[in-house]
Amino acid sequence: MPPTLLSLTRDALDLGSLVRLVTGPDAGTAGRYGAVVTFWGTVRAENLGRRVIALEYEAYEPLALRAFSLIEGEVAAHWPQVTLALHHRIGRLDAGEASVAIAVASPHRADAFQACRYAIERVKQIAPIWKREIFEGGEAWIEGATADPADPAARQAAYERACR
Amino acid sequence: MQVKIRLFARLRDIAGTADLAREVPAGATVETVWLALAAEFPEMAPYRRSLSAAVNADFARFTSAVADGDEVALLPPVSGG
Repeated sequence: MPPTLLSLTRDALDLGSLVRLVTGPDAGTAGRYGAVVTFWGTVRAENLGRRVIALEYEAYEPLALRAFSLIEGEVAAHWPQVTLALHHRIGRLDAGEASVAIAVASPHRADAFQACRYAIERVKQIAPIWKREIFEGGEAWIEGATADPADPAARQAAYERACR
Repeated sequence: MQVKIRLFARLRDIAGTADLAREVPAGATVETVWLALAAEFPEMAPYRRSLSAAVNADFARFTSAVADGDEVALLPPVSGG
């Protein structure tokens, strides 16, 4: 199956494939992008003073893809000229491996930087994805935000982080 | 009527399973399903304020109605990225 702009996968992520997706002939920015901004989120080997061995990611897959579509729609509303690709990996990831990859192509760099930051902030707020940290001496669920795509305060906070 | 219940992360650990099916009365909402679950697994009860919910793989409120055969998912605080 050819790679799609939005995906959840158990396979290793490939940033190059995301860049090709947002700049390829089928992308909305084809022939008129002047900037591609990428985000490559990786498993940090240290967290809260613990030595992290791995993270185990799980997702409610159909809802996670729906959340990615919502994020794509929000990005299009704020930055109509960009094309977004967003891939998230699930399963067990060792320290140093990438869990999330985002690429945004845009005619101009400012929109690409902002849209990319907005997308990762919204993933963290609303995507039904969970990680369990396996560290030296134990394991723990990491719990972040209550996922509510309709919460205007969260949306606004993500927008402000993207644009400050 | 019967609903399917999907549990994730810590809620799944507490229940010991990711998938349940439970009878709920006609007119039930996500909250009805949750209250039945929290009664069955009291360790879940403190999580109510931090949860969100989905019905048939679409985001829903706790006030959303559920119908026979629906899949109700209870979502602990998320930590993707």
